[in-house]
Amino acid sequence: MKGFSYLKGVSTLALDRGICTGCRICTEVCPHNLFYVAGGKAEILDTDLCMECGACALNCPAKAITVDAGVGCASGMINEWLASFNIGKKSRTGCC
Amino acid sequence: MAGFISWYPSKTDLKIPVISSQISCQDTVGSWKARWDFGRMSYIVPPGLYALGSPDENSHVVVTANYKMTYDLVRKALAGRDLWLLVLETYGINVWCAAGKGTFGTGELVRRVGAVRLSEIVTHRELILPLFGAAGVKGIEILRRCGFKVRFSTIRIEDLPEFLDRGKASGNVRELTFTAYERVILTPIELQTALRKAGPFLPLLFLAAGFFNGSFSLHHAVLALLAYFAAVISGAFISPLLLPWLPSPAFSIKGGVTGLVIGSFFSYLAGVVSPPLFAATTLMIAAFSSFLMLNFTGSTPYTSRSGVKKEMRWALPAQALCLVTGFITILIWRFL
Repeated sequence: MKGFSYLKGVSTLALDRGICTGCRICTEVCPHNLFYVAGGKAEILDTDLCMECGACALNCPAKAITVDAGVGCASGMINEWLASFNIGKKSRTGCC
Repeated sequence: MAGFISWYPSKTDLKIPVISSQISCQDTVGSWKARWDFGRMSYIVPPGLYALGSPDENSHVVVTANYKMTYDLVRKALAGRDLWLLVLETYGINVWCAAGKGTFGTGELVRRVGAVRLSEIVTHRELILPLFGAAGVKGIEILRRCGFKVRFSTIRIEDLPEFLDRGKASGNVRELTFTAYERVILTPIELQTALRKAGPFLPLLFLAAGFFNGSFSLHHAVLALLAYFAAVISGAFISPLLLPWLPSPAFSIKGGVTGLVIGSFFSYLAGVVSPPLFAATTLMIAAFSSFLMLNFTGSTPYTSRSGVKKEMRWALPAQALCLVTGFITILIWRFL
């Protein structure tokens, strides 16, 4: 995504090339186009650009991709944290 | 129901609404109300199957969320086409957030395909989903459970017609953007949330600042409220607008930097001459601005959960420290 990047070295995105079948589904679902296939196996362009949406891991038939998926939303996390102490509206534990 | 024209002359006993692609004034007003968070959580259309134009058994099936603004944008973008719109129950949440929560998900899609008896309405077995839906929908699971092949299409709704025509997404159709307009359009909800959450505390701030020197001073009371509004404008509007040009990838620092500039301006315009008081006011405005900008992470299409968690760990204590330091400085200045 041109002109935008978030904190480096934190992404949990990982690919096990050993079990990747090169089916290319990851290249179709990643909104940041972070995957490409070379030599019959997927490769990650730059893990720092991953927003951990989890589309790749969810749709990978070989389960070769793992990521701690979730929405990167501070207010959502604060609400979840408050809800764990029974503070705030329980019905709106997310950001939206 | 918005856009309803008639009932589709279905061969089955299912009632399928035929909908228009015309967006009325009421729809536009509704969208702006939702953007300003008036009734946003109940801005919904019923889930189910809708007919746009005069679709038949060979027409595309486009899947979307039941947030009314999403439904309106989809039917508007697909004007002049004959196709089926399968609206999932996402409880009034847009595709991206609903996919993250799992409501725009595999289970709901399988259930909805079954509930509307889609296999009796179309002869093909293909569903077209927004690309952002891939975070909640497992394509191979849909094929296995209900026999429909999922095709993830485009990020933006306005690119969908080209996808339908060409049968695939071109390079730039798959490229995410976050333009100034795309950022600004998200700020009303940030402004509204900031003001609403602070609502109960504003009268307290008004009174505390008013009686700060013993007898009530309207001037001080109003200035305190204006300081809060300056922080809100800084963190919930100016910082998102200037996002790519502000220093550091961390949102709290971006918001803090804007807050320092806006806070200094405010303190100067408000006639704060004492250096400790000037610094304290500026610091508190910067801390609020930083916190509000940190919250904007949820509105961007590139921040990650791990990144936000990491940033929150140091940013929240730092913001609290700045607020407390500012507050104590003001107290010391007042009583010494």
